[in-house]
Amino acid sequence: MNRGEPKLRLQASPLLRQQLTTRQAMLDVLLALMPATLAGIWFFGISALLVLSASILGAVVTEWLFSPAGYRGSRLNDYSALLTGLLLGLTLPPALPMWMAFLGGAVSIGLGKLIWGGLGQNLFNPALVGRAFLLATFPIAMTTWSAQSAPGEFFRIGSSTLAMPFMQPGYDGVTAATPLGLMKFERVSTDLWLLASGNSTGCIGETSGLLLILGAVYLLIRRDLDWRIPTGILVSVALFSALLLLSDPERYPGPLFSIFSGGLLLGALYMATDPVTSPLTPTGTWIFAVGIGLLIVLIRVFGGFPEGVMYAILLMNSATPLIDRYTQPRVFGKGGSSR
Amino acid sequence: MAAHPANPTWRARMKWLMNNPLSKLLEYSFAHGVHPQEHKAGTMALSMQRMPFSSRYLVPVNQHLGAPSKPVVKVGDPVLRGQVIAEPGAFISTCLHSPVTGRVHAIDNRRYPGGMFSLSITIESDPYDTQRIPEHPRDWRHLTADQFVAEIQQAGIVGLGGAAFPSHVKYSIPEGQHIDHLLVNGAECEPYLTSDHRLMVERPDALLKGIEILLHNLGAKSATIGVETNKPDAIATLREHIGSDSQRIRVVPLRVKYPQGAEKMLIKSIFKQEVPAGGLPRDLGIIVNNVGSVVAIADWFERSMPLIERVVTVAGDGVAKPANLIVPVGTPLREVLRFCEGMQSDISQIVMGGPMMGTSVVSLDVPVLKGTSGILAFRKLQRTDSREYPCIRCGRCLEACPYFLNPSRLARLAKARLFAEMQSYSVGDCVECGSCTYSCPSGIPIVQLIRLAKSQLRQSGDTRE
Repeated sequence: MNRGEPKLRLQASPLLRQQLTTRQAMLDVLLALMPATLAGIWFFGISALLVLSASILGAVVTEWLFSPAGYRGSRLNDYSALLTGLLLGLTLPPALPMWMAFLGGAVSIGLGKLIWGGLGQNLFNPALVGRAFLLATFPIAMTTWSAQSAPGEFFRIGSSTLAMPFMQPGYDGVTAATPLGLMKFERVSTDLWLLASGNSTGCIGETSGLLLILGAVYLLIRRDLDWRIPTGILVSVALFSALLLLSDPERYPGPLFSIFSGGLLLGALYMATDPVTSPLTPTGTWIFAVGIGLLIVLIRVFGGFPEGVMYAILLMNSATPLIDRYTQPRVFGKGGSSR
Repeated sequence: MAAHPANPTWRARMKWLMNNPLSKLLEYSFAHGVHPQEHKAGTMALSMQRMPFSSRYLVPVNQHLGAPSKPVVKVGDPVLRGQVIAEPGAFISTCLHSPVTGRVHAIDNRRYPGGMFSLSITIESDPYDTQRIPEHPRDWRHLTADQFVAEIQQAGIVGLGGAAFPSHVKYSIPEGQHIDHLLVNGAECEPYLTSDHRLMVERPDALLKGIEILLHNLGAKSATIGVETNKPDAIATLREHIGSDSQRIRVVPLRVKYPQGAEKMLIKSIFKQEVPAGGLPRDLGIIVNNVGSVVAIADWFERSMPLIERVVTVAGDGVAKPANLIVPVGTPLREVLRFCEGMQSDISQIVMGGPMMGTSVVSLDVPVLKGTSGILAFRKLQRTDSREYPCIRCGRCLEACPYFLNPSRLARLAKARLFAEMQSYSVGDCVECGSCTYSCPSGIPIVQLIRLAKSQLRQSGDTRE
């Protein structure tokens, strides 16, 4: 009699889910970074590709190695290690020895993420943890910037790129100063169009501002990006640099130079917006973003380094739990001001 | 929403927008919420249809919120359609009536939607009876407040939107409070469901009659019917029937958004006021009623027809003939599916209610209840992503939660079994609408974790709501 009786399955409501998954969100960011990545490779030659591959490999291998055996596939499957490796690679100088990039990727995932308990648990942006480690450990290699590859030299691999592990790299290419370095130490400004198009010196992924913005627009359309963070950072950086410019136009760069130079766009659009290490609450997000903007200007202008994006983000990362605690949304029907 | 020109919902909506160019600005709404696909196209244009009587009915005694009703019939007793078979077990409880003329077959524990068992009265219908009952109008103009409350309890009327809260409890207004406004809930924000929609289109007179009765007996000055703009025909029909009475009764277009039909969201959308946390709409002088309940009130006073049947949307890819059915309360699910040509062996999931807040059932023997707004039969599981990623703190749940809670935090605390600490994050204010789970890209069962925490807190008696 019970032939044809359906086998009914129970599920607790709600039964509907929106389409986006965490894995897809990570893939979207990877896709959004592609134009700037390809531009970086185009500008700095095959060396840049090798550096990127080394940092990604370092991140992915570490994730695989230090995940419990049964979880390896699924941990790699969410693409977060791949993304961390790529983001780290984009913040490295194009002529960095590959072994350093690999080590940086390993530190990003190991000390930046896994030691905290894996995806979603870390306090600091993993890619920036890796970069901070490299900058502290190899200060010279991390601040030696190679010039863009000359025509016909796309496939030339610099001797530093292939340096043996733990050996001092020898540089054979042409080195040059970054726009921020020129500004800070020699008070030479760089043409804005060169900065925006990417035709300047710097880290692999930070030079092409317009392509970074293009990727971010894609993420905004896909609603993968919290618009408040880049908006807050860009507006506050523009505001603070405009104030400095007004106080002494001879000494300080203008807002547009500040925004398009160095790693600001890469940091504001792709690093500070890492959901794990930024506040959850809308109000908290604004505080976080303005804090980063202020710190960037302070470090760039008054600090010892020409660039301050990395430390600004890491410092505000450390404030995230506190910010979250004090900016809980106002519960419906509980009076007080609406946040 | 994935809109497509071939989708009638979309077309109806475009037509509405064309006719009312400013309507987007005129739509009333609340902050946050989610936009699930509507899935109403399959049944929104189907007229209500009466289902033939089945041979057996099951009436569980706790199908409403509050105390279970007490059976007043014995096995073997003959019963008439509409006769009281169980009386209220307490003030927050209501009468149950026989859905058919027949004989009491059994009073025992039967399976109940949601997998539990409940004391149920089984009634075998008399195949030779016409199932017609004498209809006569009842006086509603000369009732005291207490008499009106007693009438509604006698009629067994509960909230038909899904929660099945006894309506008379809402109408017993404590000393010192008075009701200014009646809010009629025609939002029907759950995907798939179209039963309220059809009721508004096909029985506008009964709805307006019910509103008149309520306005008179509650002493309220005016009434508002809130309808989501994906039901333009309902809005037009109601406005047409209200005609010159529009000073007193108005129809308000609501933005299509979930959970627009949640009582407190509806009040926020229309009156821009927030019901205080832990409070009731009547604290603001408002009473909210589902359109089905208002029609049931008209049926009771005009025809002495108690709540023994309701409109149920039967939809989903598991039925060949989707429909908006008038179903006697107590009809076994099996009979409804048979009538709608459910492809039985192919069905893998059946939901009673909507897909956002409904209950999935394990057995075809469970009955339709007073609160059953829909029966959705699916051939494939609606949610297949069993893969759960860690929370990446993206904040989508915060922007979905209409109560401005922090679901991400609540889920984390629930997983750590820190239930007591969840109270400082206002877990008691959650109405379990499921917008958080819907919006989570990591597939974390947030609202399910919150439900678990709430039931743990209830058991430990530690509730500060």
